[in-house]
Formats: sequence, structure tokens, C-alpha cells
Amino acid sequence: MTTLTAPPKTAPPPARPRKSPGTAKWKRRIPLLPALIFTIAVTQLPFVATLVISTFQWNILKPGERHFVGLDNFTFVFTDERLRTAVLNTIVLTASVVLLSVVLGLGLAMLLDRRFTGRGLARTLLIAPFLVMPVAAALLFKHALYNPDYGLLNGTLNTVYRLFGADNGPTVDWISSYPMPAVVLSLVWQWTPFMMLILLAGLQAQPGDVLEAARMDGASAMATFRHITLPHLRQYIELGVLLGTIYIVQTFDAVYTITQGGPGSQTTNLPYEIYLTMFRKYEYGQAAAAGVVVVLGAIVIATFALRTIASLFREEASR
Amino acid sequence: MTHAALAAPGARFKKLLHRGDDHGSAPKLSPLWTFTAWLATLAFFAPVAWMVLTSFHQEADAATNPPTPFAPLTLDQYKLLFSRDITPFLLNSAMASILSTLLVLALAVPAAYALSIKPVQKWTDVMFFFLSTKFLPAIAALLPVYLIVKDAGMLDNVWTLVILYTAMNLPIAVWMMRSFLAEVPKEILEAAEVDGAGLLTVLWRVVAPVAMPGLAATSLICFIFSWNEFMFAVNLTATQASTAPVFLVGFITNEGLFLARLCAAATLVSLPVLIAGFAAQDKLVRGLSLGAVK
Repeated sequence: MTTLTAPPKTAPPPARPRKSPGTAKWKRRIPLLPALIFTIAVTQLPFVATLVISTFQWNILKPGERHFVGLDNFTFVFTDERLRTAVLNTIVLTASVVLLSVVLGLGLAMLLDRRFTGRGLARTLLIAPFLVMPVAAALLFKHALYNPDYGLLNGTLNTVYRLFGADNGPTVDWISSYPMPAVVLSLVWQWTPFMMLILLAGLQAQPGDVLEAARMDGASAMATFRHITLPHLRQYIELGVLLGTIYIVQTFDAVYTITQGGPGSQTTNLPYEIYLTMFRKYEYGQAAAAGVVVVLGAIVIATFALRTIASLFREEASR
Repeated sequence: MTHAALAAPGARFKKLLHRGDDHGSAPKLSPLWTFTAWLATLAFFAPVAWMVLTSFHQEADAATNPPTPFAPLTLDQYKLLFSRDITPFLLNSAMASILSTLLVLALAVPAAYALSIKPVQKWTDVMFFFLSTKFLPAIAALLPVYLIVKDAGMLDNVWTLVILYTAMNLPIAVWMMRSFLAEVPKEILEAAEVDGAGLLTVLWRVVAPVAMPGLAATSLICFIFSWNEFMFAVNLTATQASTAPVFLVGFITNEGLFLARLCAAATLVSLPVLIAGFAAQDKLVRGLSLGAVK
């Protein structure tokens, strides 16, 4: 982590001549310690435990057979068909949700950055999806929108068909026919406002005089966007993508609620598969090994995330 | 900024109406784009509107095809929820969220102080350590946490959730509070110290006024994340300590039978966060981006 460190924000504080340097140092550290110790205890120790458990053959249904197996669980993780599917599903799910919500969020942020009638209200309404409880949102999509018989999607289709004189609209079972897009859509709906808020903050941090100068020089809207706005937004887009990725990789609520990983294992992502291994198959060793693999994947993403945040940090410091 | 300062007094009111900063002279949207913006807004808001509307309908009017948005309104679903079983779940949620938020603040505020106002050496390393814990997927910790909690006899206990939610939100809170405390002007701090003001006086007179809005925003974010948390709640609680999201998933099996009641429950459990989020939308961005973006 040390390589990611940003330079200190402030100049070193003035020396305190009267006290010995050691005491002063500890006086500074004391307020930090409770938080640091708590965090280490609650977040790092379980991970160490996961590492240990991952080297055991341990099925809770066969209590007598618990024994050390070294890296066997990892071999299993990397060769198991279900887990490979889960990895693939996680990538598809995360990539499509992040990509779609960033693009939609950018579009909305561009619109909301301009003045128009009722802009404040529009912004308020737009962030609502992000504030709805994720489990509630997932249930809402499952029952109120996707339901084949009385869901809003088919209901609207039906109404439109009748408007044009047809007897009845098609009855589409959205979740069975398009399981992955159904989960993706509900998550894009929840995450677009998040991306919009971050990108809007980025747009509004744009120096107005540069934009005005560009306008005076007769640059087209498209050119201004490509050469001034987009480079300026880059850091904000990166931040949105990385924070979004970190959260969406962990998606559990939506999969648990909307599809239960099905049909088959078509929407089973890694968190849900680990949950199944743990609470349905009771294979603790395998679940722990899969957990370790997830953490390794997360570390790769996090390295990029930390670098991006460090650069924002530096920018703040230089201000 | 300069433009705002030069603007006529009426502009102030106009700015309030439009919310958010107009950098320089933000151009107006053309009518066509205004229409597009509103269309997109309504498309995103439609599921929320539908949820609230359906919650005020009878079951028979909720599950129809084509939909019947103009069916008579009723409070029956909410009455049913309260008369049956939702209250203990809401209380558990409130307890877990509020207690963990208080605990987070108690730990995060001194830490943020030590990371900004009187920074310890290598404070950025500490900051990134806190942040890195946020990147560990919670699912990877679920198994050991489950085993430890089970051994300690703390399954189905609200305090288990309080501790886990505190750990979950502490890094975010430290980051946010640091970014707010960093705004306390150094010159004033130094001037106060030169004048011989004690630590408590400095905290109360100089730091607190600047940090209070930040403290409120931080609490809000921690409350939202704890209130919405599902994975730990569903796997570590059973009957005594279950929270609102766990109550909601009870509807998964009731395929279609109780759509209106489901919508009422979904509206009810989302309401605290919706109200808080709407009230503090400006602060939300900073919280969501860990204070990295203003």
C-alpha cells in the first residue's frame, strides 16, 4: 500500500519545543488507536480465519472428517464447473451494470448540469432509485414489474397493444426468459443515480472560465465536450467505475431476491455461490477458498481504485 | 463565483429554485433537451411512483393486467402491516442502525482529528489502510464471522449487527470526517492556540462549527448503509433480531398474492432513507465518494 501513498496535505506542523517529541507523538496517536484497533480486530482477523479454514476439508454434515488438505480446496475452486460459471456471471453482471450506469449517469449529469425548468425537482426524483432499500427494489422489480401476469412491463405492453386495436399484448416471462438482463436492469436502475451524482459533482467542479473561453473561440459543443469536459471528468469517471465495481461485484441482495441464482445457475454470481456452498452444501473449506479467491480479485481492482483516489487526494492537496 | 456575485438580487432566489451550483453562466437546455431530461427522470422515477401508488391500493386492484392506476386509494395495507408483524423488524433495524452510527462517530471523530487537524506521521498510509478494508468483499468474511458469532452465542442478537455495521461504516466515516475536518482553517487554529485557548475551547469554538454539517452527513451515510444491509442480517439473525430487509424477503415465496402489501412494506422500509437522502442530497455525493469528491 505504501507505493500508493499521496504526499502529505499540509506542511509538517510546527515543532513543539516544550514537550519531548515522544510524548507529543503518542498524544497525537491516541485518538486514532480505538478506531484502528477495532478495524483490525473486526476486519482483518476474520480474513485470517478464512485463510486457515480454506486449507481444511470441512463439511458440517460430516463432523468427524475435518482435516488439513493444503491447497486442495483451491484446486477445486479453479476446476469446479459451477464456480467457473459463477466467476463468469460475476464478470458479466458487474461489467454490464457498471458500463450501462456510467453511460446513463453521464448523460443525465450532462443534462442536469444545464439550467432547465424544475431542475432541482428532477434531480431529487432521479436520486430516488438509489435511496430505495436494495431488497425492496429487487422485490419491486421481481413482482411489480417483471411478473408475467400482472407486472407493469407486460401491463404496459398490453395497454399499448390495445390502443392499437390488438386484442392482447404478449405475455413475456421476463425473469425466466431473460434472467441476466432482468438482474442487470434492476441494478442499473439503482446505480445510475450514484454515477450521476458523482459525475455531476465533477461537471460542477469544472472551471467556468475555460468553458466560456472555448465558447467564445467558437468551439462546437461536441469539441468542447471531447477536449475539455471529458478529460476533466476522467478522474470522476474512474472513481465512479471503481467504487461501483467494488460494490457491484459483491451483489447479493438482487440475486438472492430476483432469481435465486437461477434458472439453473444462469445468474449465480460468486457471492451467491459462496453463500450456497456455505449454507446449503455446508462445505466450509470450499466456501472459504472461494472467499479467498474473491478477495484476491478484489485486491486487483482495489489497487487501481486506490491509485485513482490517491490522485484525487493529491489534487485536493495541491489546491 | 464572480458571476454569482455580480448577479442581481433576484438571481439568488432563482438559484435556490434551481439548486446546485451554476458554474459561470451554465447554458440553458433547449426545449427538446428539457423534454428529454424530464422523460428520463420520469422513467427512472416510475418504479418508485408505482410502488407508492400500489401500496395504497387493495390487493384486487394491484394485480391487474392492464394496470389500474386510478383504483380507489386505501390505507388498509399499512394498517395490516402494523397490526401483523412489521414493528419488531423496524425496531431492530432502528436499533442496529442508530447504535452502530453512534459507535462509528465515537470512533471516527477522534481518528479523523488525528488524521487531519493534528496529523500523525504517515497519516495517508493509515487512511489507505482504512479504505482497503472497505474493498474486502463482505462475503469472504461471512463464514468466519458466522462461526465466531455462533461460538460466542451471539447469533440472532442485535448487538452482533451493531458491531458488524460499525466495522462496515467506520472506514467511510473516517474518510468523510477527515475531509470535513481538513476544512477547518489552520490559521484560526494556530491563532487560537497562540492566544492560549485550551484543547476543549478550540474544539468547541473553532472545530465544531465547521465540522457539524460534516458530522450530520457522515451519520446519514452510516445510517443509510446499516439500514439497507441485508447479507449479514439474513444469515446471522433468525427470529429475535431480524431487520426490515429480512422481513421483506419473506415476500419472495408469496408469489403474487400480496403485491399491494409488499409495495406498502417496501415503501415503509425505504421511507426513512428516502426522506434523509432527499433532505441531504448535496452531502450525499461527498459521502458516497468517501469524501474524495466534493
